[in-house]
Amino acid sequence: MESTVEKKYTFKDFASDQEVRWCPGCDDYVILRSMQKALPEMGVKKEDVVFISGIGCSSRFPYYMDTYGMHGIHGRAPAIASGVKLANPELSVWVMTGDGDSMAIGGNHFIHLLRRNIDLNIILFNNEIYGLTKGQFSPTSTVGQKTKSSPYGNTQPPFQPGELALGAQARFFARVGGNTPKEMTQIFIEAEKFNGTALVEILQNCVIFNDGCFSNVTDKNNREDKQLFVEHGKPMIFGQNKDKGLVLNGLKLEVATIGKNGITEEDILVHDAKEENPTLHKMLVRLEYPLVTGIIRSFNDVTLEEREDALTEEVKANSSFTKTDDLFFSGEIYQVH
Amino acid sequence: MIKKTMQPEVLEAVVIRFVGDSGDGMQLTGTQFSDTSAMFGNDVATFPNFPSEIRAPQGSLYGVSGFQVHIGSVEISTPGDEVDLLVAMNPAGLKTNLYAVKPGQTIIVDIDAFNKKNLQKALYETNPLEDGSLQNYRVIEVSISSLTKEALKGVEGLDNKSITRSKNMFALGMVYWMYHRSTEYTIAFFEKKFAAKPELIESNTKALNAGYYYAETLELIPSSYSISPAKMPSGTYRIISGNTATAWGFLAAAEKSGIELFLGSYPITPATDILHELVKHKHFGVKAFQAEDEIAGITSAIGASFAGDLAITTTSGPGLSLKAEALGLAMMIELPLVVVNVQRGGPSTGLPTKTEQSDLMQAMYGRNGDSPVIVIAASTPADCFFYAYQASKLALEHMTPVILLTDGYIANGSEPWKIKRVSEMPEIKNNKVTEVVENWHPYNRDEKTLARNWAIPGTKGLEHRIGGLEKDKITGNVSYVPENHEYMTRIRAEKIKRVQNYIPDLLTEYADSGDLLVVGWGGTYGSLHSAVQKLNSQGFGNIGYAHFNYINPLPKNTEEVLSKFKRIIVCELNNGQFVHVLRMNFGHLNFLQFNKIQGLPFGNTELINKFKQLLS
Repeated sequence: MESTVEKKYTFKDFASDQEVRWCPGCDDYVILRSMQKALPEMGVKKEDVVFISGIGCSSRFPYYMDTYGMHGIHGRAPAIASGVKLANPELSVWVMTGDGDSMAIGGNHFIHLLRRNIDLNIILFNNEIYGLTKGQFSPTSTVGQKTKSSPYGNTQPPFQPGELALGAQARFFARVGGNTPKEMTQIFIEAEKFNGTALVEILQNCVIFNDGCFSNVTDKNNREDKQLFVEHGKPMIFGQNKDKGLVLNGLKLEVATIGKNGITEEDILVHDAKEENPTLHKMLVRLEYPLVTGIIRSFNDVTLEEREDALTEEVKANSSFTKTDDLFFSGEIYQVH
Repeated sequence: MIKKTMQPEVLEAVVIRFVGDSGDGMQLTGTQFSDTSAMFGNDVATFPNFPSEIRAPQGSLYGVSGFQVHIGSVEISTPGDEVDLLVAMNPAGLKTNLYAVKPGQTIIVDIDAFNKKNLQKALYETNPLEDGSLQNYRVIEVSISSLTKEALKGVEGLDNKSITRSKNMFALGMVYWMYHRSTEYTIAFFEKKFAAKPELIESNTKALNAGYYYAETLELIPSSYSISPAKMPSGTYRIISGNTATAWGFLAAAEKSGIELFLGSYPITPATDILHELVKHKHFGVKAFQAEDEIAGITSAIGASFAGDLAITTTSGPGLSLKAEALGLAMMIELPLVVVNVQRGGPSTGLPTKTEQSDLMQAMYGRNGDSPVIVIAASTPADCFFYAYQASKLALEHMTPVILLTDGYIANGSEPWKIKRVSEMPEIKNNKVTEVVENWHPYNRDEKTLARNWAIPGTKGLEHRIGGLEKDKITGNVSYVPENHEYMTRIRAEKIKRVQNYIPDLLTEYADSGDLLVVGWGGTYGSLHSAVQKLNSQGFGNIGYAHFNYINPLPKNTEEVLSKFKRIIVCELNNGQFVHVLRMNFGHLNFLQFNKIQGLPFGNTELINKFKQLLS
């Protein structure tokens, strides 16, 4: 658990003196500002905050935060961050990554971090394209997508980040549009509060190489009709008129209209993010209409650090060794005179 | 049978090899013999040689597992190459190991195992015990299997498998009698190991004693031998393997430096035993993390180092290849990190259970960019302790990754270690900064060592960013300035070069000038040292021996030492790697080479023959 702050920070306290070098109009600016706004609300000391990244546009993030940070190597941020957190569990550790960094070159570390449930936060900038290498398809690019490395259309089916994460036993998964800073800030705060690995997928628009890839669901005009922002304990209702909601028909989620065919608000499913069984969460992350945002899953579980700590205490309590001398002179030793 | 009283023949040293199926317990048998001998006061060296198959098909040639032990009243520096006593539990063991037995020496065989089926599996057309092919040896044929079965009659609760498995102890009992060893230590071992299974204490003890008394009453065994305790510096000793010694060196370094130990590792032969050892020591606060792969092993260690731990990662050849990029990052961000590479036969998957010294070039240069790191190598199983400690000290004091090279031979081999107390070990400093000082920057350097300072997350006011992109020489911010890149490249190289000021000079043994200088590095110390010693004692005079533990940087006086000899021969278990390092640095000197690339250590005889040939 992070210790509480002595003074109240403002977002300026978290901005480094380095000039931000993302393309004008990039959602990354929104993410940076949201993080700088969220941190003062988290009750963590600035010196306890560590940002770890890999390679890619998203991975420049640590340079812009006036906290501890490491710009690592491609795909390895989850493993570097695991080492930081296991070495000092008091720290608030953040993995800043993109779709290529986390699910292509770093896929192995990504799934194993989720499986282990170390108390870290992963912010996944998903723009369905490789930005820093200038426009190749990524593991989340859609089939048929034309990119520099798929001029006739991409033939590789994409990962759905939420589906992959839940398959790897993610205990916390949230999704948020890259153009909704208020919701994003709140989700960052919730991710930090969560005890365990918290994964936040941001639908991040790349203005240069994949502009508008999420506009269908994230544009202001479409947002309310195309997105369902879920909240724990509340019915899953969306639409400009708040008249649409999710119901379960057999093994499928369906959109029902309140007031039609005898459907009332009571018939709409209530979101339970804290449920251990991920079946419904998996259905929610796969849904295309509406696209589900908000905290989809937030199941409290034992963290790796807690298991390790308990084991260490137990071993210490049962061991007669306190210094290495005790070990070195134990067992089969003999004297030479 | 009449009990004979014999006067034992006094020997200086003896080499014994136990061979059998990989499930026959040969490793345990050999370990018991060497431990008992060490307790008795002999100097010992051991060499396990086992297949990479866990349980290879019974009786097959490639499933033979062996354990060689060399004991003596004199200094023992290798497991020996010529065998004085071979204990062969089956035909395959005999066939694959006979080459090592000196003519005239003794072979004990379990004749019960020399049946048609086993002979066929060992590809013997005729029975070697009957066709006269062993006439140059003293063969002692014993029905080990059936005698063991007989001895264990009446032990309650014993299945057939346990009975068969006890035959190694019958053989060990015989060898104990032959070399005047007590069975006491091994019986105490059974009592501890099988505390929960009293029937196994009884069966193993009975088999051991039965073998002992059988040898005593057997007229076939012509003589017994006595080997007096060796003259070793007084003190408290234990038998230690190279991998355990490596793990313990890190424990000692962590305690001495007051910095917590973090290990990030992925299992790989023959390095895994370091992980096995360190995971046991949670009582010392060791954080051992079995990662998802080699890359996560090193990168988690880099994270732990950033957070202020003494971070290490352990691996073998192919694993070091996978860690290369991350090692470059650690070098670039100038964090302390120790990478242990227990070398095995390469390239690629190579010979996982065999030894080699062929990762030197990879350790030196296996990264992109100009990226020097410290490279050191341990000489013997016991001194893996010192070099693991030293690697930690150099990493912490100079803020750099250090590659520690050991190899399968010294990692699995064992010898007596005069136990060190942490209080006897040299001090370990570190470069941590704990509070805000004026003009603080992450790339402020120590004037002498050029080590940058180490600001740990959690320290107020020292928030900073590091990363793999080129850094400004002071602020550590990203910099593409051409002059800055050249400056940083040079200063990173200079930092490693200056480590020369903190490592010992190169020493020579036997002669510091003369006709021939034998040069070795790392795990070949025992073989080369004893070969040169033997030549010198035979009056070949003026042969010096220089052994390198510090490869990058080389000791300051290297050129001075080398240039005092007429000829220099560099001996390595590879196709010539260290010799290139020497040629690159001292191009005006002429270096001869002796290379062995068989997955095996140097033999005494082959070295002596080679050196004699050069001298004549």
